[in-house]
Amino acid sequence: MDRTQPEGPSRRHVIGAAAGIAAVPAVGSAAETGRAAQSDASGKVDMTLTVNGQARRAMLDVRTSLLDALREHLDLTGSKKGCDQGQCGACTVHVDGERVLSCLILAVSVQGRRITTIEGLAEAGGRLHPMQQAFIDQDGFQCGYCTPGQILSAIACVNEGHAGSDDEIREYMSGNLCRCAAYPKIVAAIKQARPQMAVSPGTPAKVGQV
Amino acid sequence: MRPFAYDRAETTALAARHPTAQGQTDAKVQFLAGGTTLLDLMKLDVLRPERVVDITPLKARHSGIEVGPDGLRLGGLAAMAAVADHPAVKRDYPAIAEALQLAASPQLRNMATLGGNVLQRTRCPYYRDPSWAACNKRTPGSGCAAIGGFNRQHAVLGVSERCIAQYPGDFAVALAALDAEVELVGPGGARRISILDLHTGSDRPHIEHSLRPGEVIVGFRVPAAPWARRSTYLKIRDRQSYEFAIASAAVALDLDGGVVRHARIGLGGMAYKPWRAKAAEAALVGKPLTEDTATAAARLALEGAVGHGHNDYKVELGRRTVVRALLAASATEV
Ligand SMILES: Cc1cc2nc3c(=O)[nH]c(=O)nc-3n(C[C@H](O)[C@H](O)[C@H](O)COP(=O)(O)OP(=O)(O)OC[C@H]3O[C@@H](n4cnc5c(N)ncnc54)[C@H](O)[C@@H]3O)c2cc1C
Ligand code: SF4
Ligand code: FES
Ligand code: FES
Repeated sequence: MDRTQPEGPSRRHVIGAAAGIAAVPAVGSAAETGRAAQSDASGKVDMTLTVNGQARRAMLDVRTSLLDALREHLDLTGSKKGCDQGQCGACTVHVDGERVLSCLILAVSVQGRRITTIEGLAEAGGRLHPMQQAFIDQDGFQCGYCTPGQILSAIACVNEGHAGSDDEIREYMSGNLCRCAAYPKIVAAIKQARPQMAVSPGTPAKVGQV
Repeated sequence: MRPFAYDRAETTALAARHPTAQGQTDAKVQFLAGGTTLLDLMKLDVLRPERVVDITPLKARHSGIEVGPDGLRLGGLAAMAAVADHPAVKRDYPAIAEALQLAASPQLRNMATLGGNVLQRTRCPYYRDPSWAACNKRTPGSGCAAIGGFNRQHAVLGVSERCIAQYPGDFAVALAALDAEVELVGPGGARRISILDLHTGSDRPHIEHSLRPGEVIVGFRVPAAPWARRSTYLKIRDRQSYEFAIASAAVALDLDGGVVRHARIGLGGMAYKPWRAKAAEAALVGKPLTEDTATAAARLALEGAVGHGHNDYKVELGRRTVVRALLAASATEV
């Protein structure tokens, strides 16, 4: 296969400083070593993340998840941490228009990619994205903890073309758990927003599309 | 999570620059693709690499999906979602598309790659929780907490007294049924192996796979075959979506009228590694596909299965899964 031929010499050595961490033998509990690295300036990485159209710069430990970067360092607490293990969907954001779980992404690895969070959906004047409005109109939540993730996931579900029927919506929204079991209302909200998203291409209704 | 050094590899040659064996729980270097297995297990302190080599730049070259006269070729870094949604894969290799579509969640399928998917680790709760001392997969020689412990989700095929972990993936089971090969590139050059030789056995549970140090999975090849179109993946689980299999079967049939010319059966959710039921396949050849012949084949497929208490039910569930999948495949319009 010619795909397997050498592909050229370039190599970006992203984290010069963090390589120093590797020289420290990984011993002791995660908590001990974790704290040591946090307080050690050489363990941090100068990162730039493009979030909701803005370049945001921060010095972060190389281990920082995208979710923790957003919540703990960039003051964007809309994305929620439910499980931190990829099991609940509360941390769903868009990267380059695709829905992903920010708890299982290293912040350092998505520099230069387009990140969209719940805070980036409304228009500048405050007008909500049709999906946000639909969740309000249809009462698509109770406690609201899962809601930012549900809304980001729901927008992608429509943009992917996976919101054709109630069953399809349920299947393609199954990655977002809701402890309050607002599921029927979430399906209703997606059905309300679906036609509104389709009629206005290029407007903020399309946020999240590639 | 323990500290690690982070590198990005733009080429397979650079990915292989740290040729440490990756298949062991104590491997010092791990590739980062979608990260959905790796970061999860690093947070749990099960995997503890000192160096994480981000291979996502390889997507530019190794994420193609090609359906041609010789078969299907899938890039090792293709996203699960892209393959699951691909019209030609759905039409010509439905078992592949279904196995991917029924796995994980839409978010995870956007993130996860095919190469990472086949190398995902077991969901054995004792493996995932290092506060349990006994786990031969994490610590060779320490014992197995699941034997005599809570083992409802564990495997019944391919197990040993050392480890009864279940291989949790779906895609590799479809690959096993369809005679797929894995394309590898490493410091020693390129090679291809059968998907059935990728995962290693329960006699040495701390070794997961047969990749050589520094080798990267760059693709999968599924040969064109008369049975590929009449293939399906049946996944049985505790809830209808977003759940791992407790039993699954990938089956493919080549029928002459109602009579079986060729059959292919892969088993998941109940085996230590992606499993192929060759005796059951052979038993079907030349026979009409009926509930009776399917049941006889299913009995052969689960022959030698060993339960450990809570998972005893999987022997009968496994048989029924095979029967249902065979009947579904035979009823498919192609
Ligand atoms: C909540 C949850 C539910 C899930 N449900 C399912 C399910 O129902 N069915 C299912 O099949 N899976 C399921 N998964 C597993 C998921 O599909 C895998 O985690 C995913 O496919 C792994 O791919 P990745 O690209 O993220 O791999 P990574 O996590 O990046 O890597 C995994 C391993 O493979 C190695 N690796 C990765 N790519 C390569 C390569 N190209 N060459 C060599 N080595 C490589 C890495 O070094 C690492 O050891 C689930 C996961 C979660 C978190
Ligand atoms: S079944 Fe395997 S992975 Fe689970 S505790 Fe036993 S040895 Fe460890
Ligand atoms: S917090 Fe990410 S999936 Fe639960
Ligand atoms: S609204 Fe409470 S968890 Fe969904």
